[in-house]
Amino acid sequence: MELPLTKDIPADGEMLDLAAYEKAGGYEALRKGLTLAPKEITETVKLSNLRGRGGAGFPTGMKWSFVPMGPSAPRPKYLVANADEMEPGTFKDRLLLEGNPHQLIEGMALAAFALEAEVAYIFIRGEYVVAAERLERAIAEAAAKNYLGTNILGSDRCLQVYIHRSAGRYMCGEETGLLNALEGKRANPRSKPPFPQVSGLWGKPTIVQNVETLSNVPHIIKNGPEWFKSLSRTADGGTKLYGVSGKVKRPGLWELPLGATAREILELAGGMRDGLKMRGFLPGGASTDFLVEEHLDVKLDFNEVQKVGSRLGTGTMIVLDDQTCPVGMVWNLERFFAQESCGWCTPCWSGLSWAARLLGAIEEGKGEPAYLDQLVYITRFVAPGNTYCALAPGAAEPLQSALKYFREDFELHLSEKRCPWRQ
Amino acid sequence: MATIVVDNQPYQVHPDQSLLAACLGLGLDLPYFCWHPALGSVGACRQCAVKQFRDEKDTRGRLVMACMTPVAEGIRISIDHPEAVEFRAGIIEGLMQSHPHDCPVCDEGGECHLQDMTVMTGHAYRRYEFAKRTFRNQDLGPFVAHEMNRCIQCYRCVRYYREYAGEYDLNAFSLRNQVYFGRSEDGVLESEFAGNLVEICPTGVFTDKTLKRHYTRKWDLQMAPSVCVHCGLGCNITVGERYGTIRRIVNRYNGDVNGYFLCDRGRFGYEFVNRPERIRRPLLARDGALVPLTAEEALKRLGMLLASASGMIGIGSPRASLEANFALRKLVGAGHFFAGVGEREHRLVGLGLEILRKGPARTPSLAEIEKCDAALVLGEDLTNVAPRMALALRQGTRQQPMELARQKGIADWQDDHVREVAQDERGPLVIATPNQTRLDSIATTFRGSPDDLALFGFAVARAIERSSQAPLEDSARHEQALINETARALASAKRPLVVAGISLASESMLQAAAKVAWALAKSNPQSAISLATPEANTLGLAMMEAPALESAAQTIREGSADTVIVLENNLYRRADSRLADDVLKRAKHVVVLDFLPSETTAVAELVLPAGTFGESDGTFVNNEGRAQRFLQAFVPEEPVLESWRWLARAMAASDRGEGAAWKNLDDVLGAMVSALPVFGPVRDAAPDSGYRMAGAKIPREPHRYSGRTAMLANINVNEPKPPDDPDSPLAFSMEGAPKEPPGALIPFFWSPGWNSIQATNKFQSEIAGPLKGGNPGARLIEPPSLTVPRQPADTGETTLLLRGPEPPAGVCLAVPLYHIFGSEELSSWAPAVRELVPKPYVALNPEDAQALGLAEGQIVRVAVATSSPPGQSKDGKEFSLALKLASGLASGLVGLPAGLPDFREPTMPAWVTISKAS
Ligand SMILES: Cc1cc2nc3c(=O)[nH]c(=O)nc-3n(C[C@H](O)[C@H](O)[C@H](O)COP(=O)(O)O)c2cc1C
Ligand code: SF4
Ligand code: SF4
Ligand code: SF4
Ligand code: FES
Repeated sequence: MELPLTKDIPADGEMLDLAAYEKAGGYEALRKGLTLAPKEITETVKLSNLRGRGGAGFPTGMKWSFVPMGPSAPRPKYLVANADEMEPGTFKDRLLLEGNPHQLIEGMALAAFALEAEVAYIFIRGEYVVAAERLERAIAEAAAKNYLGTNILGSDRCLQVYIHRSAGRYMCGEETGLLNALEGKRANPRSKPPFPQVSGLWGKPTIVQNVETLSNVPHIIKNGPEWFKSLSRTADGGTKLYGVSGKVKRPGLWELPLGATAREILELAGGMRDGLKMRGFLPGGASTDFLVEEHLDVKLDFNEVQKVGSRLGTGTMIVLDDQTCPVGMVWNLERFFAQESCGWCTPCWSGLSWAARLLGAIEEGKGEPAYLDQLVYITRFVAPGNTYCALAPGAAEPLQSALKYFREDFELHLSEKRCPWRQ
Repeated sequence: MATIVVDNQPYQVHPDQSLLAACLGLGLDLPYFCWHPALGSVGACRQCAVKQFRDEKDTRGRLVMACMTPVAEGIRISIDHPEAVEFRAGIIEGLMQSHPHDCPVCDEGGECHLQDMTVMTGHAYRRYEFAKRTFRNQDLGPFVAHEMNRCIQCYRCVRYYREYAGEYDLNAFSLRNQVYFGRSEDGVLESEFAGNLVEICPTGVFTDKTLKRHYTRKWDLQMAPSVCVHCGLGCNITVGERYGTIRRIVNRYNGDVNGYFLCDRGRFGYEFVNRPERIRRPLLARDGALVPLTAEEALKRLGMLLASASGMIGIGSPRASLEANFALRKLVGAGHFFAGVGEREHRLVGLGLEILRKGPARTPSLAEIEKCDAALVLGEDLTNVAPRMALALRQGTRQQPMELARQKGIADWQDDHVREVAQDERGPLVIATPNQTRLDSIATTFRGSPDDLALFGFAVARAIERSSQAPLEDSARHEQALINETARALASAKRPLVVAGISLASESMLQAAAKVAWALAKSNPQSAISLATPEANTLGLAMMEAPALESAAQTIREGSADTVIVLENNLYRRADSRLADDVLKRAKHVVVLDFLPSETTAVAELVLPAGTFGESDGTFVNNEGRAQRFLQAFVPEEPVLESWRWLARAMAASDRGEGAAWKNLDDVLGAMVSALPVFGPVRDAAPDSGYRMAGAKIPREPHRYSGRTAMLANINVNEPKPPDDPDSPLAFSMEGAPKEPPGALIPFFWSPGWNSIQATNKFQSEIAGPLKGGNPGARLIEPPSLTVPRQPADTGETTLLLRGPEPPAGVCLAVPLYHIFGSEELSSWAPAVRELVPKPYVALNPEDAQALGLAEGQIVRVAVATSSPPGQSKDGKEFSLALKLASGLASGLVGLPAGLPDFREPTMPAWVTISKAS
């Protein structure tokens, strides 16, 4: 089993420096990329069936093909690596950033070649201090070797890469909120169309791509699309960083072929801690619907998870056990979402804060039977299309599925006027 | 036109708009908050949701935001679909989550868009039962009150303030359900257009602080359509009165003039009307004191003066109506009527009028200025002299970037998209002034003395003419480069505009502006020229073609007259004090009609209490040459009367000719039009007094007006008969035809279910378009379009090029600096405005100050030079003033504030010497 993304990450927690990266074949793809026409790079990525790893799973090559190309295209064009990773339960990009920053940089260079972008930003979560420092070092190393900068390796390609450390808001990870934040504006999202590919950063064509997505690109260019597809067990190409958090024996992160099942991943995590049983799991981070026991063998890829009513999301699951109060867990999540609402559209800012209050009251034993209907109402109120961006519909996912799978727990809180899990 | 289907009903609508605008334009009720006709769509509040269906077979549909969805041929939507209805009620429930529900004590109550929309959606019961979020309020200065707990997070205020008005001290802070709309700290809002927040905010967060001091609900106001008196632009306003005082001013939409917005001087300057100092009775000077007379006594006295006068002259006023000026002209005879301004202003305005009349560049309306895609401003600090025009020009600079968006298929109303594409791009705006202006941040600037600026203008005109033959070569010299750049920008624009005025008293500048406009108009018939006029009726008075004050003084000096009647004028403000003395102190008898005491009323023998704009009807001619009628909001307590009525009564009392028979405003207008045919169109400015709707007059009071039978019960328990209004089709009553009167007669915007100012939608023929039946006002100036090339009158330039010798060291040219709050006579009486009036000062460029060894705040002596160097002020005045460093002031110039209430500046430009006060 090949593990292109993580195989070279040092086990001691240090970063793979330039020398080691080059030794492992690093920047070969970049050299190859310099010999390819932009269209060829995009075409290769398209054929590889690489889909975005930031949560939405949009086919990457197709996204690139929307960018206006050629001499008449607006300039400059921008590439942005989304390293905000604020989604609760998601910590996959951090490993790639800290362990193998050159892999990301090489991926960004190749993407920039494909898009004829001359400026790139890495928009990184403020708390990722170590990652930011290592990226800075890696960028300096790469620039010193002219993998970045002007006339890269004697070609006519140029690329400047800047790090922007986020002031820290979940909304800054949403791609248009991110662009506004980069421009120094409030991190409110933008409405689409126009899409960033056409009118993004400072009104210029821009591609925003997740760290993991970009980290795959050097391997695709080096080994070809067929190889990449062969890594996967499903139609979507490549491997995936799957993660587990919650009360398992060994929470962590594993690179596996796309389409691995939750059962396999839980086994790698050593199963539940002794004495605990799994009650459900959020397959792809905090803003995905709960799945339960019966879904353990579903292939975790973009289409299969959707079929059973959830989303692959970021591929990092949060496990709920039978000794943890599902109401308390959902309350915790909704408090986060309510707090992170950017405050732009009414259903989100009013609905999520209301939901969080309702859950809090239920959890504290002060709930009323009407609250459950109100919670259901709110999940409909913030449905996709009703809100301005995907934050609120995402926030509704764990709530609506908890109301479906754990309804009796909610009712128990109401009838006992207390949380049954608390002493 | 496109066909849209709303709830299975087909309609024809204009295609370049959102579904929301289209539905509102059709008169359908669809609630909204974040959208505003002047700000466009951003899709934040989600209040305007409707169901959209793919086709006839689609029964499920999906919710879309009407404000974000463009009209498209055949589009099918439902406003009434239960899911849409439920969702919209839910949005109100969400908005109301933390709302304090304090309508009874909220100044917005009764004209609140949130109230209206809540009722419209049917939401009644809020299920949220937890603690509400609360905020601390801020002191934002004398104009705007702040009560943040009422906020519904619609973002309109910051979008208006930052993006439309271009000021950045108001912002949205924090996030989630706690977004705070305010300043980073307490303090006076910096924008001169902050008062519009009062109307932009759909709830009671931003309210009129001046109204608060004498609060009255909208439904209790007696209202009338009026015209702002605080500069020459003639913004349309609605005046609200109760108990004989004006309570507030709000914007009166006129699609050609002010649109949705006023400046703060216009909105908050009204309180001069309520001042205790008001002249409320006729006054007679006797033994050094002024003793009150009754109206009869006063008329008798006036009759005696008229009968015994050996020669009588009348002095009109640029702040009095056409009718009042004409009545005086009638009383004294055309040959004895003088314009109440000095020769200099008289000549300048006359020249301006000639330029506008001659064309071929047309004088644009404010609405047209908003569409001008390149502009050159010569000499005028617009924010401070013609404020609303500055706001219009600001929108003009968005035209070229918007064109970029249009090319990408983005419509103008798609505000967020337009801004994304346009970013900070601005179309060309070149401002040539002596000092920095509030538009500088979006402009290219050129600084210099008035002569430098005029030369700059001439050079631009020449460059435009040259460029029409050969392309401009780029020049290394900064100045020449700027000239070429300006010429190129104007010549390549679709609708170029040049703006000038009389602030700097430079004829050359007007000539230069005319030349630029002429050069542009030769190849582009869309070229426009706009001249800022200082007062509400500056242009109207000029069109009467009466001679200046100097001639009045001459008449008196010659002994051909010994009696002077001054109409609504303080001559000491509009002329040199010597000249004013020449007229007033030499005459034997001085009669003054005015409403506030001044240096002029102080020397009068007889003072007659005149009605202000709120207490009179009349017509002003704005800077565009648009005659606009203002109607009386209330009848002042006797014996205060409209000036023209005093004069008519005087004519009746002394049985003087035609004027004696005048019964109402129409009679005055009729006489004026036959005597001065140039005013022919003035009668079309509004329907005459005989106009009726469904046989009835139009009520000035809303049908919910309360207390009619009780409000005067402390004086008399019998309900008094409401006063008649012989002058207009409006009635001082709550009874009568309530529906959609013609634009000039709309006493207030109201429609069933639409109590707020947003009811304006219901009066427009399409959203943000003209009022039904056309925008009010009648243009008096339409230059012939260019058929045969004509040369403009060409004086000035040559003399300028042969400028005199440089002044000796220590002598500088003093130029007037204008202040939106302070430089205008009437608004300075309003306490709220007064708070922002600067103290008198002298301004110098920091380097010049340093060279003279002067520092900020230091007391400096300014002596007006009496002889050479050139410039011939005869004042010989001296002032001691605190020094203000003005980094934007052109070096070599001295700035002195113009028109402040406590400071009579010398006639400027003037040569002055500056020294340290001992
Ligand atoms: C509220 C919200 C937060 C998001 N946060 C992140 C994030 O931290 N990192 C990320 O890569 N994508 C995030 N996304 C997804 C981005 O909007 C975008 O889809 C993604 O960066 C595109 O990259 P990809 O196609 O490579 O996945 C977020 C989306 C939403 C709605
Ligand atoms: S759903 Fe609305 S309020 Fe929530 S984050 Fe998105 S735009 Fe902001
Ligand atoms: S203060 Fe008023 S205008 Fe501003 S967001 Fe709140 S409700 Fe809207
Ligand atoms: S711009 Fe002039 S006319 Fe308009 S509101 Fe202000 S002072 Fe009045
Ligand atoms: S008015 Fe349409 S979303 Fe606010």
